[in-house]
Amino acid sequence: MPKTFTRILKFAFQDFNRNKGISIATIFVLLVTMSLVSGIFFFKGMMSYLTAQIQNKIDITAYFEEDTSEEDILAVKEAILASSPDIKDIEYVSKDQALQNFTEKHGDSAVLAKALEQVGDNPFLPALNIITNGETAQYEQVANTLQTADYAKLINKVDYSEKKDTIEKVYSITSNINRFGIIAGIILIAVAVLVVFNTIKLAVDSSKAEISTMRIVGASDWFVRGPFVIQGVIYGVIAFLICIILLGGFSYLLSPKLSVVLPGFDSFQYFLSNLWIFALVQLGFGISVGVISSFIVIKKYLDI
Amino acid sequence: MIKFNKVTKIYQPDTVVLQDISFEIKKGEFVSVVGKSGSGKTTLTRLILGLEEPTEGEVFFEDRNLESVDSKKIQELRRKIGVIYQDYKLLPTKTVYENVAYIMAVEGKTDEEISIEVPKVLDIIGLTGKDDNFPSELSGGEQQRLAIARALVNHPDLIIADEPTGNLDPYNTYEVINLLQKINLAGTTIILATHDREVINKLGKRVITIEKGKIIRDEEAGRFII
Repeated sequence: MPKTFTRILKFAFQDFNRNKGISIATIFVLLVTMSLVSGIFFFKGMMSYLTAQIQNKIDITAYFEEDTSEEDILAVKEAILASSPDIKDIEYVSKDQALQNFTEKHGDSAVLAKALEQVGDNPFLPALNIITNGETAQYEQVANTLQTADYAKLINKVDYSEKKDTIEKVYSITSNINRFGIIAGIILIAVAVLVVFNTIKLAVDSSKAEISTMRIVGASDWFVRGPFVIQGVIYGVIAFLICIILLGGFSYLLSPKLSVVLPGFDSFQYFLSNLWIFALVQLGFGISVGVISSFIVIKKYLDI
Repeated sequence: MIKFNKVTKIYQPDTVVLQDISFEIKKGEFVSVVGKSGSGKTTLTRLILGLEEPTEGEVFFEDRNLESVDSKKIQELRRKIGVIYQDYKLLPTKTVYENVAYIMAVEGKTDEEISIEVPKVLDIIGLTGKDDNFPSELSGGEQQRLAIARALVNHPDLIIADEPTGNLDPYNTYEVINLLQKINLAGTTIILATHDREVINKLGKRVITIEKGKIIRDEEAGRFII
């Protein structure tokens, strides 16, 4: 019934406006908890960027004997690729390529150039650069493939065993951070929901006598409940608008500082590219908690 | 219109408020319920509104047993009843105009009907010019009158007035009772719960006297005797 709906809408805005103190307090609480939830998402984004960065950096390099033919090396490459579908990339670096990479990287260092000159010949070994998705099990697998009798004789050394401890440590740290983040996130979100629920309960409680009067004069369930539920939506939307602007502002201002700690991480860019997710999370959190709380609290008072 | 059949109301654990009450009120009657404070008058009105359920016995409103009526239907029945309380029970965040308009909105009346009816009722009750005031800005007597305006506006079949003159001076009391009599003449059933001797004796209508939860007298053209 559109007439009833417009009335409910009108009552909602009227009550919102006339109970400014309660409305502002509720929006503030919602805003704080919403920022907390957004903060968790932001932190999770930073963490997964960091983890990805670290995991991309740890790779396995297999150095072959100087006289190994390119054919043999490419055969090893195929064998490793076949051994696991999760290998991200294998890059073949020939002797010449290695030398070229080195001079490009250290070309302006006179000392290194001189050292290279004294060695005379190209001192670099042909190699395979294997990038996995960062799980230790994968390193084991790749290492096993390299150790099979056919290949072992071609290989001078694998730097995996040297890096093994570091790799395992980094991996365990990142997976611990992820696990801790998820648990902390769930607890914080639960606390946030409870805090908002209680604030809305207080707001509705202050209208307890009014609700009972509405029931006595014969108002239907929705005629009483509607304005409160819609106020829940208004709280949610206003808190969302403030929160998304604050989050955007902070990520813009913090961007230069954060990129010192996390090189290559642009927090404002991260905010912009995840704008829809942030909006969805905040709006979803705000409106659903606001509406569901109003709904539950008012149910108790409708029973007269 | 209203029938109480052997109604007993006990508040847990063992406070007996009403005991084995039976009476009937016909359409168009003006019935006063008298008794001391705590004799069970208010509980009686709450039973008619379906705000309480009898511990034993049945309460009928327009031949419907209220106990077997679902909550949606109860709300529809309540719309046929105008209630005036001693503590007014106004909506504090709504203005005088909106308090009266709310009742009409509950009934599903159009905005046009509301804008015609509400000023009329406010005029009858003497609150013209106070439309935009909130209840907290009114005097006790004005709040009482607003409560009456609210009870009248939907032309209910029944008006329950629980101590409607409790906070009024003799002049305003007279005005209110006069108004209730007028409404009754127009065909509305009235139940007036009061302990005001003057009012009862002047009315000369049916009086049900309750003492300690029991009906001790039920007389046509009764007087206040406790």
